[in-house]
Amino acid sequence: MKIIVCIKQVPDTEAQIKINSDGSGIVAEGIKWVLNPYDEFAVEEAIRVKERLKEGEVTVITLGSQQAKEALRACLAMGADKAVHLADEAFTGADSGATALILSLAIKNMEYDIILCGKQAVDGDMAQVGSSLAEFLDMPFVSNITKLEISADKKSAKVQRETEGASEIIESTLPAVFSAQKGLNEPRYASLMGIMQAKKKEIKEIKAQDLGIEKETVKQMSKMHLLKFSPPTQRPPGRMIQGEPRDTAIELVKLLHEEAKVI
Amino acid sequence: MADLGLQNKVVVGELALRKSGKASFATTSFKEAYEMDFNLNEDQLMIQEMVHKFAEKELAPRAAHYDKTMEFPWENVKKLAGLNLMGITVPPEYGGAGLDSLSYCIAIEEISRACASTGVITAVQNSLAEFPLYKFGNEDHKKKYLPLLASGEKIGAYALTEPNSGSDAAGMETTAVAHEDHYILNGVKTFITNSIAAEIFLLYATVNKSLGHKGICCFIIEKNFPGFKVGKKEEMMGVRASGTCQLILENCRVPKENILGAEGDGFKIAMTTLDVGRMGIAAQAVGIAQACMDQSIKYAKERKQFNQPISSFQLVQAMLVEMAVKIDAARLLLYRAAKLRDEGAKFVKESSMAKWFSSETAMECAIKAVQIHGGYGYTTEYPVERLMRDAKVTQIYEGTSEIQKLVIARNLLG
Ligand SMILES: Cc1cc2nc3c(=O)[nH]c(=O)nc-3n(C[C@H](O)[C@H](O)[C@H](O)COP(=O)(O)OP(=O)(O)OC[C@H]3O[C@@H](n4cnc5c(N)ncnc54)[C@H](O)[C@@H]3O)c2cc1C
Ligand SMILES: Cc1cc2nc3c(=O)[nH]c(=O)nc-3n(C[C@H](O)[C@H](O)[C@H](O)COP(=O)(O)OP(=O)(O)OC[C@H]3O[C@@H](n4cnc5c(N)ncnc54)[C@H](O)[C@@H]3O)c2cc1C
Repeated sequence: MKIIVCIKQVPDTEAQIKINSDGSGIVAEGIKWVLNPYDEFAVEEAIRVKERLKEGEVTVITLGSQQAKEALRACLAMGADKAVHLADEAFTGADSGATALILSLAIKNMEYDIILCGKQAVDGDMAQVGSSLAEFLDMPFVSNITKLEISADKKSAKVQRETEGASEIIESTLPAVFSAQKGLNEPRYASLMGIMQAKKKEIKEIKAQDLGIEKETVKQMSKMHLLKFSPPTQRPPGRMIQGEPRDTAIELVKLLHEEAKVI
Repeated sequence: MADLGLQNKVVVGELALRKSGKASFATTSFKEAYEMDFNLNEDQLMIQEMVHKFAEKELAPRAAHYDKTMEFPWENVKKLAGLNLMGITVPPEYGGAGLDSLSYCIAIEEISRACASTGVITAVQNSLAEFPLYKFGNEDHKKKYLPLLASGEKIGAYALTEPNSGSDAAGMETTAVAHEDHYILNGVKTFITNSIAAEIFLLYATVNKSLGHKGICCFIIEKNFPGFKVGKKEEMMGVRASGTCQLILENCRVPKENILGAEGDGFKIAMTTLDVGRMGIAAQAVGIAQACMDQSIKYAKERKQFNQPISSFQLVQAMLVEMAVKIDAARLLLYRAAKLRDEGAKFVKESSMAKWFSSETAMECAIKAVQIHGGYGYTTEYPVERLMRDAKVTQIYEGTSEIQKLVIARNLLG
């Protein structure tokens, strides 16, 4: 069973994001970069499938800067077998669609039975790469899975996803693309041995030209272009209601009903 | 959407050390100047990040519980074992992770930042039980005991101190008498960390008290050896979950092959072990001090008096600043000692310097942290009162602060 997991390095969820002066990006200074939390579920699940089946190979792949190697190494330390790094200045500015297209071009040259990814990256929150990738590879796609079971003949998989008021259980032929939702598993910490072994595992770099892509092509691939970042509107400050408890309670109920319209 | 990951190339970790280049220290003379590379390597950074995250999520939430109940934190130990943290420096052929001292110190620091009891348990396992077995054991000892300890399957302990022999370890009264293929041991050991849970003990006894330190031997004792008993658990101020008990030896029969090194090597083994072990305690102290600062910064920003956060008062800021500077200095002393050891250089004086300064710093930071928390700091509602109790012991065990000064002075004066 060959499993490919698409991962992304993102700012730590606890990082304070500041927008740079011209609105073209965020201020890198002071930001800690981590493996996208949803991708962590995907990597963990891939390793668990391999452990359950007692055979298989887990390859992690990312499109990102040189620094994104840290995230690949973190996956290798958890127990992934191989890593592929799509690292080229030419890829800069790729939108979600272009990212998925470039990933698909690289993945087409690889072997796979299952492709896993996180349901979304917590930086851009676009939630598009998984579905677009499935489209480019002409494969079924199930989003937000919380359970994954491989059939005995390894030709299909049963997955579960949580919807409003029900759990959907879906069977899909393999190969397929699944995106991981919280609840799928509890990701492990890399052990010291895992960290040491990660160094010996291969991180294969792939350049644009290896995929027959030129810088101009990436521009054409991207149908969307980021115009600018702007800070979120300031939340209005909390309002204090002063007075006797009886009066403040009446006032609060009135405001919740008439202004906030929550009751 | 632009890929944010592509535009940013700088990582700024919490450790300011990571980015600074080289610096040199001058101590007593020009000859003793050190070149030191402050950068943690890639493995060390990954280890720090992993242990930090693990300790914060898995250990910190239960630290108050273990402190209160004095239960040995088996759950923590099992999790640590799963991550190879119970055998950090033991080479892989004996079941450990084979890492360097600096990685070991970083791990103990991060564990202790969350739970000081778990910190000392891990430190004793790694540097007081596994290290001497690896360094002084014969192949049979290593094959038999190291994999059990490094995997965390069994807990180890180090038994030197006695009711009448603490700082003066050579004055011990526990005796060993050779008899056929055994030694017969009699005596009492006290304050033995981990002993509530341990199954393998490195225990010291003298074959001839009149020989002084030259009569001391180190024995590997298994819990089930006849005549060996774990006595009462100490009711302590801090590190309350560390399972610290008395040991009682009543005609305890120890097979002759269970002597570590030769007869008379014991004192050297005990002291060499402490030279290394001190770095673990220094790391524990740095971790506790860091926790004091983390808590204080958080509280000072939240707590309002006179219509403003108390962090806006310069007198409060001064306390935070003194903590920050001393913690950095302590950490640098510790990392220097660890690096010297990793490079195969002399590190005994530096290890004592690190231990003394870190433990004094931990205590000072704890007192300040309680002060910054005001009345709340004096209650169990906040963790700083626990940190203050935990910090105190770092000035006592593995050589008191006074004994560290003696070691440093001996090295200075020759
Ligand atoms: C929580 C805890 C865990 C411990 N774990 C272990 C363990 O796992 N294994 C183990 O073997 N031991 C352990 N110990 C014992 C510890 O190492 C001793 O407590 C320590 O060495 C001090 O010895 P003492 O308590 O007998 O104090 P003493 O030696 O009686 O010292 C009392 C005071 O006199 C001072 N003093 C003594 N001699 C001198 C001198 N020459 N010059 C100046 N001042 C001096 C000391 O600094 C101290 O302030 C533990 C202790 C504690 C509290
Ligand atoms: C055991 C105990 C018994 C007590 N008994 C009583 C009692 O019987 N009756 C009673 O009324 N109270 C009692 N108290 C409360 C005690 O008086 C307060 O805890 C004390 O006044 C400090 O207030 P606080 O705890 O709110 O700390 P805070 O005022 O919040 O102070 C927190 C920290 O900020 C510092 N700080 C505050 N303002 C400034 C400033 N302007 N400049 C510089 N630093 C500042 C403080 O020095 C402290 O370090 C008791 C407290 C304890 C712990």
